[in-house]
Amino acid sequence: MKLSRLGYLIKSGFTGIFSHGLMSFATVTITMACLIIMGSFGLLVVNINELIADLENENEVVAFIDENLTEEEARAIETQIEAVPNVSDAEFMSRAEAMENFQEDYDEDIFESLDESVFRHRYIIHLTDISLTEQTRLDLEEVDGVADVNAHLEYAQGVITMRNIVSIISLALIIILMVVCFFIMSNTIKLATFTRREEISIMRMVGASNGFIRCPFIIEGLVLGVLGGLLAFIIEWALYSLLLNRVMGGVASTLITLVPFASIMWPLLIAFLGVGIIVGVFGGSSAIRNYLKV
Amino acid sequence: MVQMNSVKMVYDSSGTEALHGVDLDIHDGEFVFLVGPSGSGKTTIIKLLTGEVHAASGEITVNGFDMMRIKRRKLPFLRRTLGVIFQDFRLIDKMTVYDNVAFAMRVVGASNSAIKERVPYVLELVGLKGREKRYPQELSGGEQQRVAIARALVNSPRMIIADEPTGNLDPVRSLELMLLLEKINELGTTLLVVTHEKELVNAFSKRVVAIDNGKIISDGMDGYYSYEIE
Repeated sequence: MKLSRLGYLIKSGFTGIFSHGLMSFATVTITMACLIIMGSFGLLVVNINELIADLENENEVVAFIDENLTEEEARAIETQIEAVPNVSDAEFMSRAEAMENFQEDYDEDIFESLDESVFRHRYIIHLTDISLTEQTRLDLEEVDGVADVNAHLEYAQGVITMRNIVSIISLALIIILMVVCFFIMSNTIKLATFTRREEISIMRMVGASNGFIRCPFIIEGLVLGVLGGLLAFIIEWALYSLLLNRVMGGVASTLITLVPFASIMWPLLIAFLGVGIIVGVFGGSSAIRNYLKV
Repeated sequence: MVQMNSVKMVYDSSGTEALHGVDLDIHDGEFVFLVGPSGSGKTTIIKLLTGEVHAASGEITVNGFDMMRIKRRKLPFLRRTLGVIFQDFRLIDKMTVYDNVAFAMRVVGASNSAIKERVPYVLELVGLKGREKRYPQELSGGEQQRVAIARALVNSPRMIIADEPTGNLDPVRSLELMLLLEKINELGTTLLVVTHEKELVNAFSKRVVAIDNGKIISDGMDGYYSYEIE
């Protein structure tokens, strides 16, 4: 393609945006609105997942050591315990420490006279994947020197169910919103092309190829999509920062921690621009398809 | 050059038979009036020649393109050999006179230098020198139709098809426009003018093809519009 021709096509794509300003404004606004809704939901999911990950970390498995083993012997099996698959970390707690903890937790005189021999040496273990808790419990019991393993299976199960529900609902909602977004965008561009059907028919009449007719519309869709994506990103950024300030500055910060914007900035920007471009280009080319048939 | 042999045309949507076996030959350099009442099939013939509709049966050749077998992607190449003029001018309102004409050249991939050379020449030919920067709505009906003629002419088509080109013009402007078309024909372009203006047709000694009810009822070189519409 000649450079002057390419230049003309790009120029007419941009001219189209300004000569149908109101339609362009509507298209950008709708893309932006859809992306902000989708993005907000995505950010909600990211934060919920982060919270669930925190909950997972709080789930401890306790491996009690055979009471015949001395403290040195009990400490010696740490490497074996850490070698068990799915064990993220294991921390040794001696009888004495266990008793102190117990007495702190139940601050009653009746326990003052307890002998530490009542308690056993133990390891406090965190898991990598809590859905494998049961298997890991069995594996830990196989380790020589481990007498018993205490794992909260119901807790693990609860967290897993919650994570699954959140994932399914969020995925379904994001897909629905995507479809809605595509539909609205395509219709808006279709409306914009409807006002230009006369121009398209003139182009056809003087012998323009379909590619030549389609090109400015695709460029227009691309530019509007990118613009919608960028604006949505900036607004999402502002909204999230506002929320972050409110939450982190208030009492809520003791209960929940929000993911900092910097860590999700690039994926969000790429997703917004990607969806904007795809919707714009496909919306633009599908909208004029009907006019190119003759 | 146009060759139509036993062309039948049925509109799929309504099932109406618009043409019943039309035979029509137009040779290079000819000036032909196609006349007939509304609904007689004039517009259908134009649509067949420009590839907007396809005939049910028969043979149609336009400037070397076999219209019965033409692929959709080849249609732009056919249309570049034709210049079409409509009753309602069909100009792009937001473009200047110059841009409306230059647009037709850009569409077929002409270079900027070719456009700068050709457009002023054609505008001068149709008598619109000095009007380049005006917008269509600032021009009279006759002037707007001249812009449409310039646009049809700018890519040097082998044939110009004019569909009721004087339909929106007063008699004096109509005559002027027809004289312009005659001048273009003398420069070598084949002309097919669809009209039902009797006086205008009779004022020129050209070939007149009359159509009614989807059939050609007369075809004479005497330049006389013998068919009565009313």
